[in-house]
Amino acid sequence: MQAVNTYLRGGVALQDFEFLSPKTIEEAVSIKAAAGNKARALAGGTDVLVQLKVGRFDIDQLIDMKNIPELNELSFSESDGLTIGAAVPCYKIYEDPTVRSSYPCIVDSSELIGSIQIQGRASLGGNVVNSSPSGDSLPSLIALNGSAVIQGTSGTRSVPLEEFFTGPGRNVMTEDELLVSLNFPAPSKNSGAAFLRFIPRNEMDIAVANVASSVTLTADGKNFESARISIGAVGPTPYFAKDAGDLLAGQEVNDENIAKAAEAAKKYASPITDMRGTIEQRIHLVGVLTKRTLDIAIQRARG
Amino acid sequence: MTSTSNPKSKYNVVGTSPIRHDVLGRVTGKAKYGVDLRLTGMLFGKTLRSPHAHARIRKIDTSKAEAHPGVRAVVTTSDMPIVNDEVADFGETMANYRLLAELCLANGKVLYKGHAVAAVAADDIHIAEEALDLIEVEYEVLPPVLTVQQAMAEGAPLLHEVMTTRDVAARFTRGTDTGVASNIASRIVFQGGDPEAAFKNSDVVVEREFNTKMVHQGYIEPHNETAFWAPDGHLTIWTSTQGAFGVRTQISKTLGLPEAHVKVIPMEVGGGFGGKIRSYMGPTAALLSKKTGRPVKIVMNRKEVFESSGPTSGSNMRAKIGANKDGKITAAEVYLAYEAGAYPGSPVAAGASTCLSPYNLENFFVEGLDVVVNKPQVSAYRAPGSPGAALAVETVIDEVAEKLGIDPIDFRLKNATKEGDRQVSGVVFPRIGCVEVEEAIKNSDHYNTPLEGKNRGRGTAMGWWFNGGNASTAMVTVNSDGTVGLVTGSVDLAGTRTAISMQVAEVLGITPDEIYPSVGDTDSIGWTGPSGGSRTTFSTGIAAIQATNLVLDEMKKRAALLWETQPDDVTFENNSFISNKNSEDTISFKDLAGKLMGTGGPVSASSTSNPTQVGSAFGGHICDVEVDTDTGKVTVLRYTALQDVGQAAHQSYCESQVQGGAVQGIGWALNEEYYYTDDGTMANSTFLDYRMPTTLDLPMIDTILVEVPNPGHPFGIRGVGEVPIVPPLAAVANAIADAIGVRLTELPMNPGSILAALKDKK
Repeated sequence: MQAVNTYLRGGVALQDFEFLSPKTIEEAVSIKAAAGNKARALAGGTDVLVQLKVGRFDIDQLIDMKNIPELNELSFSESDGLTIGAAVPCYKIYEDPTVRSSYPCIVDSSELIGSIQIQGRASLGGNVVNSSPSGDSLPSLIALNGSAVIQGTSGTRSVPLEEFFTGPGRNVMTEDELLVSLNFPAPSKNSGAAFLRFIPRNEMDIAVANVASSVTLTADGKNFESARISIGAVGPTPYFAKDAGDLLAGQEVNDENIAKAAEAAKKYASPITDMRGTIEQRIHLVGVLTKRTLDIAIQRARG
Repeated sequence: MTSTSNPKSKYNVVGTSPIRHDVLGRVTGKAKYGVDLRLTGMLFGKTLRSPHAHARIRKIDTSKAEAHPGVRAVVTTSDMPIVNDEVADFGETMANYRLLAELCLANGKVLYKGHAVAAVAADDIHIAEEALDLIEVEYEVLPPVLTVQQAMAEGAPLLHEVMTTRDVAARFTRGTDTGVASNIASRIVFQGGDPEAAFKNSDVVVEREFNTKMVHQGYIEPHNETAFWAPDGHLTIWTSTQGAFGVRTQISKTLGLPEAHVKVIPMEVGGGFGGKIRSYMGPTAALLSKKTGRPVKIVMNRKEVFESSGPTSGSNMRAKIGANKDGKITAAEVYLAYEAGAYPGSPVAAGASTCLSPYNLENFFVEGLDVVVNKPQVSAYRAPGSPGAALAVETVIDEVAEKLGIDPIDFRLKNATKEGDRQVSGVVFPRIGCVEVEEAIKNSDHYNTPLEGKNRGRGTAMGWWFNGGNASTAMVTVNSDGTVGLVTGSVDLAGTRTAISMQVAEVLGITPDEIYPSVGDTDSIGWTGPSGGSRTTFSTGIAAIQATNLVLDEMKKRAALLWETQPDDVTFENNSFISNKNSEDTISFKDLAGKLMGTGGPVSASSTSNPTQVGSAFGGHICDVEVDTDTGKVTVLRYTALQDVGQAAHQSYCESQVQGGAVQGIGWALNEEYYYTDDGTMANSTFLDYRMPTTLDLPMIDTILVEVPNPGHPFGIRGVGEVPIVPPLAAVANAIADAIGVRLTELPMNPGSILAALKDKK
């Protein structure tokens, strides 16, 4: 369909498609592999159904992923870390005691995606696959050194999320692949992370900029051992601002060093001016949010 | 229904807060809005809209769409009868019926992105949407003009080749033709005294330039219209509109039908705020119905509502105000250029007429320009034209007071208008409450509570609105059980069924729940102007009171018959008829209602109002904000809206109208805007990106009702709904200036612009 007609339709009616509910990941992969771009995966549907309505893409099949056991897993162990199945909705994630105590940064993100109603459906897996530059969970998942477990016809692979996103709505998954789960290492001692989003309103808005910072401090809490900073809504994909985190490693925790990291994070930003914000404003906000997320992450690391 | 008593009110019913008659339908989803309508054999219509902001239509080929299975008819402008130029007062705006026809189906040119070009009726909405893709339109794309500055620039592309600038002397007049072809549709000037000389002799003069963006009313319910053109040539329209009679006139004029052949049935309305006076799809749905012989329903989606209904003007404005050290304003000069959108009719004349009304001035010059641009044609929006102009005047007033070192409310009180003073238009103010509102601000808890903390500030601003009169019809029927039926022609946007019933109940000495109000269609009740202009409770209330008094006159005759006396010897008080001749002869309203059939038959009466003593309204708002200087985000900490509501008809409806107006104004001030790309595309046509405030973005809006009775209404009622949107823009701007020491002169004052202003300050 031509772009102009997408505009003219404006979406009253949903296009026709076949709705499939496979019970195994293998079955889902074979459907996806056969249909390619003419099939999309559905978890919460909070993005995909809207996109179908406005005619963002034409499909023949919608694959409901919610009946596949692996996609509903939510588990933690010291050895394997945290596994979040790709279809687990936000509310289950932020209500999970382990996530609340050990991954507050994931709670920061999943508690502000959409509204309470949306959080009852929307999954972090869907947020990852949708690969929007402004996706509200993405900086957190990158800062926490998460990886995506993907399954396709040639088997399963794990991709670090910092390498996952390739453009707006685009990622490394091939046409036959589906996201199974997200995996995060167990948090190290004296670590903490935080996520902040800037929006002009207080809810129900798309990020003008968003940032997540994760830090590990020395036992006395006075120095950074390591840090990871990720920024979103300021480029075609969320970015892993590697240099910004690296320059903190081994440094004293103080305002001056935090300001340096904030400046370094700003260098990664390559935003556009649009109805949500200007280039200047967005770059500036990356600095402000980096500083503020580092402050919270440090507090959390110090317990 | 429960009635709360109000010890402050001198009336039994008026001034209390009963629960609205239609509450159950509203809260259970059973109320019938236009979208809920389902008729046998109904087809679904969909509109093809222009993808260009400005283009000539070379060719429209509908043949493929017509051949598509399930498509029953396609219409374009060639199906529209030729409509002649005729200009009329159309609710709160002026309208030319020829241009209204072009608005419904573009003729020769498209003038904004989203302009209707063709429409399809099909068996279902999916087929209708598919068929739109099959209509081939050949456009010659023209350069668009998107701001008043662009539209007035030398050599700017003209939207209407035949349009010339008109000089107008007052609102709702057509004026004289200057013969100058331009995008300036009209110019209005008000002047008095010698402002030039007065500025020269002033101790302080402040002048600022302002720019604002187009904004939308943001009603939740999209526009909807269903038409059925019966074989006998009679047309019925079902629509969620603010005024069924205006829709009837528009449709009869654009389709060349006698008015009596058009019946408009008003459905419940999910928000209008001025935007649902005009019909956008009625003529189109009617033409599709005529072609198919079946009812056709067309419903806009949200994108269409933003791009193709009637928002209010963006503007370029200047305000210059001078004053002396003693706090007297010496002179004021205001320039307003308002975007009309694609067709003439911006509310600039109202802006020019209202913005200086809180001040009694000798020397003034006010100029207003109505400028067409390649954007949707503006419609009325709550006190149309007044909020923008008030932003300009009220922020400059604040700055003058600041420079003089005088409290801004003291400064206003020194210059406040009173009964007998003249407006800039020359009209003399009747009894008004400007001083009372300003004194109430000074006495309020909010104004007397110091605001502490970094980057916090307080702002105040005033606003004035004419309020409307306009004609209404009401019919009152007495039921045999003593209850009363009330039919009016006024669509109920905000609880007016109840607010009008309360006035009937007050006259009869019964309770509002003994009144059964309903809204009539154009065949069942007399002509009634739209529910707009803050007029409904006031003007339709008068019609209902008059009809009630006629009913009482007739019932006095019946009582006289029972008592074998003369009607003049019967009085009605405290819910009873009493004989002046024999004090034992009394009968209650309810008992007499049961005896009507035996004393001459049923009693009902109808009356029309067309009041001239309209009570205008002043509002004054206090706003506290905190600015996050790192992000530019403004948090409204506390907000108090004060207003002269006259005698409050329904206490809590008055409060909620004042709150609603304040909230819409705060949204306009801080984040709302039509965000256009250079090619004339609105980039944020969703509620996600058109950032209206949510409940999480606002504090409780406190209200203080100042009750200065309106001598033009039996109970002293004034219009309430519109003026509360007038002060917020300036109140918020003044609060931000107080917080960060920078005066922003462009709306919206969103985080990006605040950051930029803070950067410029450094």
